[in-house]
Amino acid sequence: MEPIIIEGTPKTPTVKFDAAAGIFEIKGRSIPENSVEFYKPLVDWLESYKETPLAKTTVNIRLEYFNTSSSKCILDVFKKLEAIHKAKNEVEVNWYYEEDDEDMLEAGEDYESIIRVPFKMIEITD
Amino acid sequence: MSFNIENYFSDQPKDNVILMYKGNVDSDVINHVLDSVEEKMVAVNDNPKLRKKVYNVLVESLQNLFHHVDKVPADFEEQAEKYGLLVVKKVDTGYKIVTGNFVQSENIEKLEEKIKRINRSTHEEIKELYKFILNHQRISAKGGGGLGLVDIARKTGNKLDYAFVKYNDNYSFFYLDILVSEEKEN
Repeated sequence: MEPIIIEGTPKTPTVKFDAAAGIFEIKGRSIPENSVEFYKPLVDWLESYKETPLAKTTVNIRLEYFNTSSSKCILDVFKKLEAIHKAKNEVEVNWYYEEDDEDMLEAGEDYESIIRVPFKMIEITD
Repeated sequence: MSFNIENYFSDQPKDNVILMYKGNVDSDVINHVLDSVEEKMVAVNDNPKLRKKVYNVLVESLQNLFHHVDKVPADFEEQAEKYGLLVVKKVDTGYKIVTGNFVQSENIEKLEEKIKRINRSTHEEIKELYKFILNHQRISAKGGGGLGLVDIARKTGNKLDYAFVKYNDNYSFFYLDILVSEEKEN
């Protein structure tokens, strides 16, 4: 599978989905007006990956900001990952949040409570 | 009773205003407002926690205007397709974000119900409401997710202060007054 590599912009995140390594990353700001347009290709790509996933998939989410319209699209991404996990493949989500950013931690906990995939909450200190 | 947006603007005390905008709300305007407010907050060295909250609330407020505003009254059609007003003020306890937009009379009740529901909820209930909408409601034809106001209430921990001021028989002007305090009050 061809990887997805998208450079970040002030309103959309950097995306690296590497099927060969089983490492998927979303990083930066996700505040577009039209989030469906941005996320649909990612969700479609995951739908294909779901057919022949690696034994282990690691997902790193490292967002600084995201808007409520992205929050629904991110849930769609997680739902695909949940399906991969349900089919007896290992999936792990690392949810990064900056020191003291309780809102971002809570957002991760929201997903953790909705999606049946193991989450790790990781505080970034620097 | 007469109501005038120009007066509302000129009556604002200027000393603590970070930014004022009225006019068409499109993607470029949103980018410009976000950049400019962020720059100013960095310049005055606000703590990152407050800065993030203000930024988040500003994104949701502006995108609410972008996604949900009603068609403007006939006398505003030349100025803007999506007419909105925004004032960002520094106050002792944090920042005030005031937005304004036209609402058609028949849509007032639904919007007011939504705000009242949020305002009578505890912080825990708002969290649960957020999760429920996130998990059960699809993105609307207008492009909004129905989460904006809930998210604003959740992140600020404050009640949504609002007013509907009658503009003519078919329209009211809706003001939303949001306080983003330095420390979240639960």
